Amino acid sequence: MVPLSWYLIVSALLFCIGVFGVLARRNAIAILMSIELMLNAVNLNLIALWRYNFPEYPTGLAFAVFVFVVAAAEAAVGLALIISIYRQRRHVVVEDMDLLKF
Amino acid sequence: MIYAVFVLFVLMILGGGIGVVTSRNIIRAAAALILSLFGVAGLYVLLEAGFMAAVQILVYIGAIAILIIFTVMMTQRATDPTRLMFNTQWQWSLAVAVVFLLLLVYTLNLVWPFTTSAETVASTGDVTFELGRALMDPEGFVLPFEVASILLLGAMVGALAVARERHDDEEE
Repeated sequence: MVPLSWYLIVSALLFCIGVFGVLARRNAIAILMSIELMLNAVNLNLIALWRYNFPEYPTGLAFAVFVFVVAAAEAAVGLALIISIYRQRRHVVVEDMDLLKF
Repeated sequence: MIYAVFVLFVLMILGGGIGVVTSRNIIRAAAALILSLFGVAGLYVLLEAGFMAAVQILVYIGAIAILIIFTVMMTQRATDPTRLMFNTQWQWSLAVAVVFLLLLVYTLNLVWPFTTSAETVASTGDVTFELGRALMDPEGFVLPFEVASILLLGAMVGALAVARERHDDEEE
């Protein structure tokens, strides 16, 4: 099989692409998509480490399942917030959402 | 052979990921996200976690990506392609991401040194069966499993409450 370190490096690359997207994009939907990329990198790490180190226990898979659940909840609430903000302000640019800033 | 498949999936993942953060048009970014998620599902298949690959396609591509595309549809005027894509500190963001990547690769190299020789790994048994048992086992993950259902219920009700259209004659 492909060595474990390859999976971990791919996962690190994907996570850093997501970090850049979260820090640099102005569109709130793009930021949410970057967060999904980071969660996918975490899941890839969990499953690769499970497969190479503890394939006899399903613990790594169970953790990945819970990451899926949290990602689904996060996407639903985040997109609802974006729609709600869009109704009020007619844009989804995070730079201009300064209601809580003084 | 398996290396070629691995490289193909990695190209899908990283190409899709770069597409997500650099696409000016948000619908293209969503399409790139779907490509990236498919690549991750392919790597799950290579890791002999077929159930996770199926869940990845059902939950991520079937639900989350479609939800994102629906949101893009409902906020379309806001995603005018001529507007600025990155904020003013995007160079710093790039530097942070690259430094973090180097740190991660350095640390990973200490614990799991980079190698090109194939690893032999014990084959897994019926993992999906074991996973189902573990999720329902009182000694295993039944409490987090139930908490996850409450989390999903709360997220659903919360999303409905937040996104609901309010009318002026309605009392808050």
